[in-house]
Amino acid sequence: MIYKLFNLSKKNISIFLFFVASPIIKADWFALNMTRGSTDISNEVFELHMLIFWICVAIGVLVFGVMFYSMWAHTKKKNPVPATFHENHKLEIAWTIIPFLILIAMAVPASKTLVKIYDDEAGDINIQVTGYQWKWQYNYLEDDVSFFSNLSTDLDEIYNLVPKGENYLQEVDEMVVIPAGKKVRFLITANDVIHSWWLPAFAIKQDAIPGFVNTAWTVVDKPGIYRGKCTELCGKNHGFMPIVVKVVEQSEYDDWVYGKKQEAIKLAELTTKEWTTGELMERGEGIYQVNCVACHQTSGEGITGIFPALAGSDIVMNNKDRNIEILMEGVQGAAMNSFSYLSEVELAAVITYTRQSWGNAEKGDGEIVIPKDIVDYKEPKI
Amino acid sequence: MSAVIENHHDDHHHGPAKGITRWLYTTNHKDIGTLYLWFSFAMFLIGGAMAMVIRAELFQPGMQIVEPEFYNQMITLHGLIMIFGGVMPAFVGLANWLVPMMIGAPDMALPRMNNLSFWILPFAFFILLSSLFMEGGAPNFGWTFYAPLSTTYAPPSVTFFIFSVHIMGASSIMGSINVVVTIMNMRAPGVDLMKMPLFVWSWLITAYLLIAVMPVLAGAVTMMLMDIHFGTSFFNAAGGGDPVLFQHIFWFFGHPEVYIMILPAFGIVSHIIETFSRKQLFGYSSMVWAMLSIAILSFVVWAHHMFTVGLPLAAEIFFMWATMLIAVPTGVKVFNWVATMFRGSLTFETPMLFAISFVVLFTIGGLSGLMLAIVPADFQYHDTYFVVAHFHYVLVPGAIFSIMAAVYYWIPKWCGNMYDERLGKLHFWLSFIGVNVTFFPQHFIGLAGMPRRYPDYSLIFADWNMVSSVGAFLFGFSQLLFLFIVIKTVMGGKKATDQVWDGAKGLEWTVASPAPYHTFSTPPKVD
Repeated sequence: MIYKLFNLSKKNISIFLFFVASPIIKADWFALNMTRGSTDISNEVFELHMLIFWICVAIGVLVFGVMFYSMWAHTKKKNPVPATFHENHKLEIAWTIIPFLILIAMAVPASKTLVKIYDDEAGDINIQVTGYQWKWQYNYLEDDVSFFSNLSTDLDEIYNLVPKGENYLQEVDEMVVIPAGKKVRFLITANDVIHSWWLPAFAIKQDAIPGFVNTAWTVVDKPGIYRGKCTELCGKNHGFMPIVVKVVEQSEYDDWVYGKKQEAIKLAELTTKEWTTGELMERGEGIYQVNCVACHQTSGEGITGIFPALAGSDIVMNNKDRNIEILMEGVQGAAMNSFSYLSEVELAAVITYTRQSWGNAEKGDGEIVIPKDIVDYKEPKI
Repeated sequence: MSAVIENHHDDHHHGPAKGITRWLYTTNHKDIGTLYLWFSFAMFLIGGAMAMVIRAELFQPGMQIVEPEFYNQMITLHGLIMIFGGVMPAFVGLANWLVPMMIGAPDMALPRMNNLSFWILPFAFFILLSSLFMEGGAPNFGWTFYAPLSTTYAPPSVTFFIFSVHIMGASSIMGSINVVVTIMNMRAPGVDLMKMPLFVWSWLITAYLLIAVMPVLAGAVTMMLMDIHFGTSFFNAAGGGDPVLFQHIFWFFGHPEVYIMILPAFGIVSHIIETFSRKQLFGYSSMVWAMLSIAILSFVVWAHHMFTVGLPLAAEIFFMWATMLIAVPTGVKVFNWVATMFRGSLTFETPMLFAISFVVLFTIGGLSGLMLAIVPADFQYHDTYFVVAHFHYVLVPGAIFSIMAAVYYWIPKWCGNMYDERLGKLHFWLSFIGVNVTFFPQHFIGLAGMPRRYPDYSLIFADWNMVSSVGAFLFGFSQLLFLFIVIKTVMGGKKATDQVWDGAKGLEWTVASPAPYHTFSTPPKVD
């Protein structure tokens, strides 16, 4: 019977306590609070947080203290005849006015900090941040540098096939680089659904909303690597689009910008190169893994009902022009967005990859797409 | 308050019908109350099973049990089912059972509509749950269904979700109209507004809130439907629409909605604390005014859910101050409960244990809510597990503990039998420990930086997630004990007296236990 199951013997209680308590005892008792962060603003926010926290603790101790005292002292056994008092205007006015004053004491410093955070003057460096399903694009407005930043944690780590690394789910293929001591302003927007760009160490959290540009700024004095996350549910891989910012000295930053520009020039040269199917396939696979696999899956099968299969798709097998058009324009009213922000080489490579993989080449026309096809598509049509 | 009891109903024409038709065709407020309560219990268990899936996946970092796509469906359905299927119908069930008896009315004012408002609910949830088996899966955009994730990027089942929300809304609106009409017109002579039991007051206010905001929700989902199927662009920036507009509309509904889920709890807890303290409630009229102020303020604080969408500075400051202002009337309520207990003559039966832990844990949730109102700090808390901890503290040991307290408190009146006090206390302690082990560590996880709605997380969050999952399994499985206790009590047990609790006051305790099928066919006399 159920009574046996819940026989409150010492043994049963201790087994129960062991199961509940052991993970609590083993847990990391130092990861309990917000961290100070690395900027003046984040420090101020931390102080504000601790101020309200201790006020709340004090209120709790006071109120629960009276209550627990009453539970101990005013039981039926100790106090068989209850008091009959009720309503006391002085007391009631006091417990209305005093909380009100405490609230003002909290709201005033909070409003002051907020005014500082809302300073939206242009920064020394302005970076446009664009959220995509499920990656971030960074566009340095002054330096004309632009790139995507994707999660670089291996799928095998996520699926527990290999041990997880130190920066599990907090590492990206390309970090945002900013110079120390400079005012950096982020102009935050999105391309598809709403995302949110959160960097706890800078106390910045701004929603990335399609059609809107939100701003946030920071000055970080200490070089280092700072990690953040997407904080607005944006679909399947919401938990897999981290943010990593690398703060460096000005000279290192200048070198980095120079390097990025050289990279861009090299990439442009690739467009006119002669490509073999093998080369395109090799390059395309990497691009597919980063950009397409989340929806269309490694197998090219997609997910029934939401994300169409590419394996065996008539467009992918037999209709090269429509294939290019979909990648350039997206599909209206569906989750498929335009990928026209990829380079000609990348687009040609990834389309070729899908047309040659999963038996598509054998079943379809087997044609490949070269960068020139994409250039031609982009030519103004007469 | 004293009353003259009226105690005749052997007239078999007025007894319950036999078989299934009793429940299908019933217009009796007690039957409909029972239906609502069992329905919400079923939904509570289904939504709870989904929570178990969520906590099992989060037991360790990495993806083990479900895929992210399905995980998102679980969090969405868990939220929708617990709110619209668990908490709200439970409160409507309690209102059906108790409001007529508390005001000395023979039944609800609109009995046929009462039947309809219950019987459309199972269909709403059948449609919602059936979306799990549709192509593309169930809704996966969170219970807050922000556009455009819930429009352009949603699975096809979103249309069924919209239809289901419409039905739930219709049910709630009909239920609320019924409560308002009943309270306004059917009070026994002598039951003045300012003499009504607090549970009745809390429901009168709740019903007005529901009538005010459910149409707003209906509007939001209709605009979604238009965007999805009829080519409009209310929420689509590319077509000149505004995704943030969705959030304004949603939270204009959503914030009063959270008070809809807590005001009846305030009423319940006031009755229970009064009874088991054997002392008059400290400040009846200030309790009423506090509830009214909370309800009114709930309409001007919605944007505190949206501090990070890029509101102008003036709006941020207005919504911060307005939100903090709610702490004043809420404080008044908490102080009142404590003052009622003070120098009372306390005993700790199961309903009282749940009510006391309601006061403590709801207050903790209220204090973290105050922290969330501070905009600069909210930039760090927003959409992290700190928020998850906050709203689960006000909803689980808040709303749900109050419902459990109400069941233990009134079940002797409903079925004439006392519940098993030993098992009831065991259920309380398991739930109390479970709730705190589940949700307290989520404060830490959130402050350490884990966003909500993540199916997988970095290693620094691993320890406390495991603790939280252990607590969740404990809490979840303890509710099967609750089910057992309720069934056991319905089947038999020690007979309850009419008065049931020696400190209980109010008209419902003047009728027999179990309460006859028809009560107060002629109004009682109340001084």
